[in-house]
Amino acid sequence: MKKEGFHPLAYLGFFGATLVTLTLCVCAGSVALPPLDTLQVIGKAILGLPQEGANVAIILSVRLPRVLCVALTGAALALCGGVMQGLLRNPLADGSTLGVSAGASLGAVIAIALSISFPFLQLAGTMVMAIGGAILSLAVILSLSYKLDRSFSTHTIILIGIIYGMFISGILSLLIAFAGEKLRTITYWTMGSLQGSTYTNALVLLIALIIFGTVMLLQAQELNAFSVGESNARSVGVNVRRVRLSILISASVLIGVCVSIGGSIGFVGLVTPHIVRLLTGPNHKKLLPATVFGGAIFLMLCDLAARVIVRPVELPIGVVTSLIGAVVFTVILLRGRKGTAHA
Amino acid sequence: MLEVKNLSVSYGDTRVVSNASFSLQSGEWVMITGPNGAGKSTLLEALMQGIPYTGEVLYEGQSLKTMKPRQRALRIGLLAQQYAAGYAFTVEEIVRLGRYAYHDALSGFDKADEQAVLHAMQETGTFVLRKKPISQISGGELQRAFLSQLFAQNPKILLLDEPSNHLDLSYQRQILTLIKDWLSQGDRAVISVMHDLAIARRFGTRVMLLDHGSIQADAPPEQALSPILLKAVYGMDVEAWMREMYGAWNNEPGHI
Repeated sequence: MKKEGFHPLAYLGFFGATLVTLTLCVCAGSVALPPLDTLQVIGKAILGLPQEGANVAIILSVRLPRVLCVALTGAALALCGGVMQGLLRNPLADGSTLGVSAGASLGAVIAIALSISFPFLQLAGTMVMAIGGAILSLAVILSLSYKLDRSFSTHTIILIGIIYGMFISGILSLLIAFAGEKLRTITYWTMGSLQGSTYTNALVLLIALIIFGTVMLLQAQELNAFSVGESNARSVGVNVRRVRLSILISASVLIGVCVSIGGSIGFVGLVTPHIVRLLTGPNHKKLLPATVFGGAIFLMLCDLAARVIVRPVELPIGVVTSLIGAVVFTVILLRGRKGTAHA
Repeated sequence: MLEVKNLSVSYGDTRVVSNASFSLQSGEWVMITGPNGAGKSTLLEALMQGIPYTGEVLYEGQSLKTMKPRQRALRIGLLAQQYAAGYAFTVEEIVRLGRYAYHDALSGFDKADEQAVLHAMQETGTFVLRKKPISQISGGELQRAFLSQLFAQNPKILLLDEPSNHLDLSYQRQILTLIKDWLSQGDRAVISVMHDLAIARRFGTRVMLLDHGSIQADAPPEQALSPILLKAVYGMDVEAWMREMYGAWNNEPGHI
């Protein structure tokens, strides 16, 4: 019998694939740059060597921070989707289907509309409100579905998530109607975009991903037990209440952070774990780490598509993920459902 | 081993289990039986600490309510009614989960764990199925896979919620015999919910008759399954019905 996780070499492979995608995404765009020059510029920047030229500015101040943010957001959202699907034993669970992203957007929008901010950190006001919105939404949705059938069943949660999402978008429309000149910023939240991301954004995402991602990855075995069934998890000795709480809060905070930086980006969290599960099987010890890298790569490619398909115009990334995600998802559902759970 | 005192469970205003008190000794196989909605599964769920209840459940004097989940899992484990196959875990992955309580978050599987998993799969005949996804095996195989998990976990008390339900006769016999053998290894006990009165009588050392959430009888099978008690609980002449069923069969030519 073998170890359940990946061999260290596999991680090296994932990391390599992510770096290659990252380089590709930095190179491609309205102005195409040669990969070697790009790597040289990044390398020099890391070593702190002086350099100049138009490309340097494009790479270092525009594309690199953005692609980094995209990769980290993709990784975080996919991971959150993966853990929720396991925890709720529900292959359709995800920040967007559960209404958590919508709640986070609402929090962010309220912060923008009311100009809530902290004196030192410009971003903190939106972020705190987005996290709050995410946690609150999750609490509302789960307690409602628990009240309805006590079992967190697929249909109940998805139904309430959809109803809740509509309710939230109603409120958002209402806020937009009254928002006036802040309209543009608010529309941006509802579509999702990582245009104009900074290194500070990337750093915040990285720290959040490390902290909350670790909390989730360390509970892979618990998630295995949950995805077999909650009563089975209890029987084998999982601390059901503690695990559920820590996973849901971690996922909500992480989604809140992502939404406060990139707006609400749907489908990454839903589709990525699905595709990865087809390759790794349902064991979270493999599924979750692979999902982190898979989400990063998937979202970087979507962002690339958003930048180049109708250039020089740029599509919001949320539009691309929804378009690609919906098609991919339908194909997956139509082709044999081997390896995935039945909804 | 187990002492249950005044256990009650309510959903809203409805009392599903009221004031159940009983104890369980080593070597016993208690069959809980009674009509649908009598509170049998709810009682098991409360013993597993899966739902809020009032009263006490003590294992050798220690409350299961305040016990740490991993500690509890070394003492009591549940084979639930039907696991609809969700995600396609392999049989071996299911069985390995049974060793969860023997580890903390960071320690990996050791030799003893591997041995226990292997042994449990061999015992139940699921070793040949170990690489198969649970979405692709039969109901009987699935039940045996989860029983292997429970054997790998090796708690002192097994709780079984209708272990032979949905199984054909050969699987029924297989599962019941496996449990009986497990029990015979000493310092162990079993509680199972059982609808089939013939099985309850054949395998149970004690039968607990439940109706409307309260224990109507708790005695050796022949006393608890007496015609008067059964009539009171099921509202029908159970013996006459069973005699009619099996009798008709026995009278056909070719049967003994």
